[in-house]
This record gives sequence, C-alpha cells and structure tokens, in this order.
Amino acid sequence: MIRSNLKPAVISAVVVAILTGLLLGVRLDQQGTTLGLVGAGPDVYWKIAAAATFLFFFNLFRDQLGALWKGLPGLPKAPAKLTSLGDKPALRRLFWCFMIAAAILWPFLSNRGGTDLGTLVLIYVMLGLGLNIVVGLAGLLDLGYVGFYAVGAYGYALMAMYFDVGFWTGLIIAGCLAALFGFLLGFPVLRLRGDYLAIVTLGFGEIIRILLNNMTWLTNGPNGIGGIPKPTLFGLEFSRRASEGMQTFHEFVGISYNSEHRVIFLYLLALLLVLITLFVINRLLRMPIGRAWEALREDEIACRALGINPTAVKLGAFTIGASFAGFAGCFFAARQGFISPESFTFIESAIILAIVVLGGMGSQIGVILAAIIMTILPEMAREFDEYRMLLFGLMMVLMMIWRPQGLLPMSRPHMELRT
Amino acid sequence: MSRPLLDVSGLTMRFGGLLAVDGVHLSVQPGQIVSMIGPNGAGKTTVFNCLTGFYKPSGGKIVFDGREIQGMPGFKVARRGMIRTFQHVRLFKEMTVVENLLVAQHQHMNTNLLAGLFKTPGYRRSEQEAMERAAYWLDRVELREFANRPANTLAYGQQRRLEIARCMVTQPKLLMLDEPAAGLNPKETDDLKALISELRDEHQITVLLIEHDMKLVMSISDHIVVINQGRPLAAGTPDEIKQNPDVIKAYLGET
Repeated sequence: MIRSNLKPAVISAVVVAILTGLLLGVRLDQQGTTLGLVGAGPDVYWKIAAAATFLFFFNLFRDQLGALWKGLPGLPKAPAKLTSLGDKPALRRLFWCFMIAAAILWPFLSNRGGTDLGTLVLIYVMLGLGLNIVVGLAGLLDLGYVGFYAVGAYGYALMAMYFDVGFWTGLIIAGCLAALFGFLLGFPVLRLRGDYLAIVTLGFGEIIRILLNNMTWLTNGPNGIGGIPKPTLFGLEFSRRASEGMQTFHEFVGISYNSEHRVIFLYLLALLLVLITLFVINRLLRMPIGRAWEALREDEIACRALGINPTAVKLGAFTIGASFAGFAGCFFAARQGFISPESFTFIESAIILAIVVLGGMGSQIGVILAAIIMTILPEMAREFDEYRMLLFGLMMVLMMIWRPQGLLPMSRPHMELRT
Repeated sequence: MSRPLLDVSGLTMRFGGLLAVDGVHLSVQPGQIVSMIGPNGAGKTTVFNCLTGFYKPSGGKIVFDGREIQGMPGFKVARRGMIRTFQHVRLFKEMTVVENLLVAQHQHMNTNLLAGLFKTPGYRRSEQEAMERAAYWLDRVELREFANRPANTLAYGQQRRLEIARCMVTQPKLLMLDEPAAGLNPKETDDLKALISELRDEHQITVLLIEHDMKLVMSISDHIVVINQGRPLAAGTPDEIKQNPDVIKAYLGET
C-alpha cells in the first residue's frame, strides 16, 4: 500500500518544493538600475523543506490517515432532549421571552461598541430572515438579494434627498419599492429553476449596483449619498441641537445630552423591526401561502394538479422576501447616514446566503444564531483580516461535511388536528 | 342523455415524430365511472396529461363542464374541478397528513395576506372550514388516527387512500385516477373499489379511471374506453368490451 503511494508522494513533494521555492525562495530586488535575484533567508528554506516533507508523508500514509479519520466519531447529532424541548409550546414561549428580554437589555449592559455591533447583527438577522423566506421556505436560490437591500437603502436616501421624506414614511416606501422590484424581477424569472434562477438573480444584484454606480445624475455615483436623516421617535430627534421646528429627545425627557442615546435607540429600533419580521414570518408559515411554499418545494407537479398556481406562489415569496430587504436597507441607510454602491457588492449577498445555509434552511432561530456568528466572528478576528475569507470558506466546507442541514435545522410549526 | 361533463374529440398528441395519441374521443356523463384501459404504452397517461393541462395537445377539442379547456395550464384546469392523481404516489412527504389536505384546499381558502396576519374572523372561519373538511375526509378514508404524522410514514396503501382524500377536499367535479390500484393487495383493492363506488353514489362524483386490474375495471365501470397504440380501439359497457374481438386480440396478441 505504502509502495503504491510512494510515487505520488515523491511527485507532490517535488512540486511543492519547486513551486514554493520559486514563489517564496527567491525574489527580485532593485539594485541601482538593474534587477537582481536575491535568495530569501534560511528560515524560508526551512519552511519550504518542512512543507515538502509534510506533504510527502501525508501522501505516503494517506490511506491510513483516511482510515483514522473515519474512525473519529462524527459530531454529535442535536441532542434528542433539546429537540423534544422545542416541541413543548410553553417552554418554547419561555425561551423566546428570555431571548427577547436579553436582547432588550443588551445595550444597557454593554458599551457603545457592543450596542453598535448588536445593531449590525440585527440588520443581518433581518436580511437573513427575509432571504430565508425565498431560499429556505420557497426553495428558490436567490444570489442577488443584496439588490433589494440596495433598492431599500437608496429608495430612502433618494426620497430624503429630493423630497425631504422622514424615516418612518421612508421605511414604508422603501419596503414597497423593494417589493415592487422583487415582483418585477420575479415575473419573468420565476419560470427558471435552480441554477438558472441563481444566475439571473446574481445578475440582477450586479445590475442594481452598477446602475447606482453609473447614474451619477441621480445617485451621485461612487461618491454615495450623505446626510441621510436619522430616525426620530415620534418626532423627537436624537441630536445635541434640534433642527428647526423639531425637539430633541433629551430636552423632551429632561436629561442631559448623551450621544449614546441615539446608539441605543437605533439598536432598539432594529430590534423592533426584527421582532416584527419574526412575527410576520411566523404567521406566514401557518397561513395557506406558507403551506403552499412548502408543498411547492416538495412537489411542484402535484401542486399544479391541485390547482395551485406555482408562479403566483413563488412570486409571493420573492416579493415578501424582497420587502424585508427593503426595510433592512432603509434602516441601514438611516443608521449609517451615508451610503454608496460599495456597500452592496456581491459578497454581501454571499454572506446573507451563508447565514441562511449555516443556520439551517427555513429555521428562524438558526438564522438568528448564524447571523450572530457571521457578524461577530469577523469583528473578533480582526487580526486575521487577510484570512477572513479563507476561514469563512473553511467553515462552510466543514459545515457541509458535518451538518449539511445547518446548525439548527428547521422544525416547522405543524397544523394539528385534534383527535 | 344529459350534457356530458367531459367531451373529448379528435385528441392528438405528437412528440416530434411520434404520434402518442391519435384521434381519441371520449365522453363522460355526470355521475358515471368511466375507465380507460389498454396495453402498456398505449397512451392512456398521455391522454390524462393532455386533459389536465400538463401537456398541450397537438390537436383536438376538450370540453369540460361546458368550456373548452385544451391548452389551458394545469392549475387552471384543476381549479375548474378536474383533479387527478398520478401513477406514482405524489404526496408532500415531509408534511403531515392533515397538512396535505390543507394545501389541497388552497384555492378555496382566504389567502389574503393581511387577513392572515391579523387573523380576521373571515380568515379564522376559512381555516376552520378547511380543517373540518380535512377531518371529514380523513374519517372517510380511515386515516384520522394518522392525521398528525408525516405523510411518508404511512404505509403504501394508506398513502394511496390519502391521495384520493387529497383530491376530494378540493371538491372536484371530475376525479381522475391514474392506476389507483397499482401495488395494492387484493383486500386493499376491494376497499378501493368500495370507496370509488361510494364517491359516485354518495357524493355524485364523476370518475375517470386508468387501471390494469381488469376485475376492478369490469366490476365498477359504467363505460369503458379501450386505447391501443394511441388510437381508440373500442368503447362500450363492460360486457360489450369483454366480447369485443379487437380488444381480445390487442390484449392476447394474434392467434
């Protein structure tokens, strides 16, 4: 066995030695006006030798390693107790109450940075939940979700810039606008399936970004839009001095100004939006359209035979999902006060999709958990900045091996027939 | 004779150079059980697919309940009351038994988003009615005790019964069963026979049936249509069909 592996092992070691030797071992250096080759220090050569030896032995013993690997126990399945706990509605409710209470208390227990991070997490939770409708529930792979996010953000920013629209009106308009875009895109696209749908939506997301970049007369192009008005609380502003005809929060309540108030307010506002999203999605799941999504994902032909219009049902998922992205976009614009097309690149779509997949398709608590992980990990691993994407990819690969169904797979609320 | 519920004339379906269905005509009176029989590959299921809008027929006319429906998309045909099953069980496997029946009632339910979000009385009533109808049909096919189990945990015979129940909750005018007895044991086939007859007698359902089990076909059909190689071969009552030399030849070969 070892003998048969000897040849590939030698080859791989030699390839590694040559490649790394050329890439790392020598470098070009300017000496006066000419370029000269300079060898690297001995430590680099040691590392190259170590890498080559490692690969040599790895390939030599790969069969044995494979056997060892198989011998390792798999990651434990979700403990049975935990899943059965989820079935008890009372405990479930208690759990959610606890979660919500913790989320409300968070900004008062944490510092400004923590609250800000919390707000970011909540934005991603909202995006994740919205995309979850499209991908997890209706089973339509949408790679251009960030397009709707951008529509929402720019919708509010432009409205505020040209028509002086306030945050709350803007929120509704942005949601409707994103929904309209979802509807318009969905109409021609939803007869496509799987990979084709993914490619078209991917294109859509890019089109939106490029349009925003190039329609300079309207959107200010790559310079972005600044000075977007912040959200207000029943007409109360969160700033040191009120603008004309307005009142500030601290004057109204009669406390001294503290810039943290606004951060906390933004956090609580995001939390409110997330809770509304959760409520709506939970209701949707129990409604006829939620059941139709599920049924359509399982067997489209049977659905048609029962008189369900697949296009209309899918369009519903697309539109509703897009509207949540619109809300999130509007909030994002208001929080940042400045947006540019930079914020809506494909990588954002990928991250949101990763949140949905990581959390477990269709699972809401899973999406929340994944959003927290995906936002906080990069923040904590700032020093590994260059390797962020690498870690990200590694995590996805490991997930697909161990838990392809996601961290917390969906347990859908079932309609019960009392017997 | 009253106006037929379904009247098909000159139905033709061509796949490239292959003429799968060639000039089939068929007439189903309300309250009848009509069977379509024929050797394997005769084009029976293709006829079904054409009728229910899964294929667009190349030619011919289909009149259902007074309206021409050829070329209409499948879900619209289904909404007019022509509901079919498939040769293979096509349940929503991950969903529970009762949910399968609720999904089937989609077209009759209050699907207004706002009504559902705020649980308006009208929405509650519609959910309640759907639940009651589901419960009624579960009782009829003796699956009530399995109501809250995922559909894929049922035994094969039960799954077939659930499929029929799922069709019935849509309140169809014409029930189209594609080989409902395939894979059933004799006892289950007898139950199925009783069920189909009950549907006709108590619920005034018209049934169009594709079946290979001749005992079943001959005992419950009011009318039989024989198709061979895409062409109509014979039509008549069970007794006429049994005597028909062409049919015997098609089934047993030249002798």
